[in-house]
Amino acid sequence: MTDSITISIDGVEIPAETHHTILEAADKAGIYIPRLCAYPGLKPNGSCRVCTVLVNGRPQTACTTPVMKGMVIQNETPELKRLRSNLIEMLFVEGNHYCMFCEKSGNCELQGMAYRLGIKTPHFPYLEPKREIDATHPDVLIDHNRCIFCGRCIQASKTFDGKNVFQYIGRTRNKKVGVNADDGLGETDFAATDRAAQVCPVGAILKKRVGFKIPIGKRIYDRSPIGSEIEVQPKDAGSAQ
Amino acid sequence: MEKPKVATTSLAGCFGCHMSLLDIDERILQLIDLVDFNKSPINDIKTFTARCAVGLIEGGCCNEENVHVLQLFREHCDILISVGDCATMGGIPAWRNTLPLKECLDEAYLNGPTVHNPSGLIPNDPELPLILNKVYPCHEVVKIDYFIPGCPPSADALWAALTALLSGKPVDLPYELLKYD
Ligand code: SF4
Ligand code: FES
Repeated sequence: MTDSITISIDGVEIPAETHHTILEAADKAGIYIPRLCAYPGLKPNGSCRVCTVLVNGRPQTACTTPVMKGMVIQNETPELKRLRSNLIEMLFVEGNHYCMFCEKSGNCELQGMAYRLGIKTPHFPYLEPKREIDATHPDVLIDHNRCIFCGRCIQASKTFDGKNVFQYIGRTRNKKVGVNADDGLGETDFAATDRAAQVCPVGAILKKRVGFKIPIGKRIYDRSPIGSEIEVQPKDAGSAQ
Repeated sequence: MEKPKVATTSLAGCFGCHMSLLDIDERILQLIDLVDFNKSPINDIKTFTARCAVGLIEGGCCNEENVHVLQLFREHCDILISVGDCATMGGIPAWRNTLPLKECLDEAYLNGPTVHNPSGLIPNDPELPLILNKVYPCHEVVKIDYFIPGCPPSADALWAALTALLSGKPVDLPYELLKYD
């Protein structure tokens, strides 16, 4: 059974259903809370922490926290913006993100988030990990240099495709998205038509032979910031500081 | 009033950022009304002859000469700007950073499929600047005041940043001009 309640986000009262998470309620009300791992239809795993908001003064991930009556939520504060920028910058230095030759550039959620937050360059030292590329599959490649460990591919393969192609293996710096075969993605039952091939927020899982199809200027985040598809009154592409 | 002086250099870059600066087209006439160029490949002035207000750095540091030039710019310029992805994050040259230096040199001078090198030597003339263990973004070597990412940053981005700086406004890039590619 669900009940209709009211919560407030940055001083705006919005309606919500008790089975919603804060993120879902905000989306429905046209308020964008930045996120990188949450994906519609997949169970949220709260791994990226970008959706962190203050709930009655305490930091909580909006994608995993169910709404409760009378919640007072802060989303767009300078402090949260700074924390989110730090998270995005850490993701950039933790992998090898070479936007200048990445096929996903312009359509990448990580890059889009950095643009939205006005990040000009990360403040942290680059870790430059040695990571591999798995090109064994005829139609799809995995470039581990770009993986941000959102877990979407793992979940999507199970939930949407009824397969079990991906799983995390290793720990800390050695953690990576492994595939369910000894010799790479090409040995699994993965298909380019799988939904798991479409959910990667970055250029880590890419269909082969379709790169750079969309010209510069026409890509998703070229003109309007990530999140403006959700915002009722999209922020006009303001200046980044 | 004396015009502020601008110096530019290309370290481990491809000169694309300098090309992009020339891409401001006829605005270059406005630019020379606003500033005087000092040490720069644009006018081929090789040494600093005066203190500069702004130094534009293209490229990261891949050898010891890059480090010396960057330090020289820091000494002679009030404000240093990292221009382009190579300066801000190492860029394509930094792709070698996940490999040991010896492997890179062996591939380039000995084992690469198109190498013709009968002497079997890796260049080691004392005239050649020593190559660094890895490629460093400029802000890991000296203090950098502003960053304009892009590969290269568009002429409009460079123009927006430069004119803002020269008129004492905050160096903000509007959304459409902040790009990493
Ligand atoms: S490969 Fe892509 S979808 Fe999978 S965990 Fe990495 S970033 Fe997420
Ligand atoms: S979107 Fe909530 S933690 Fe990633």
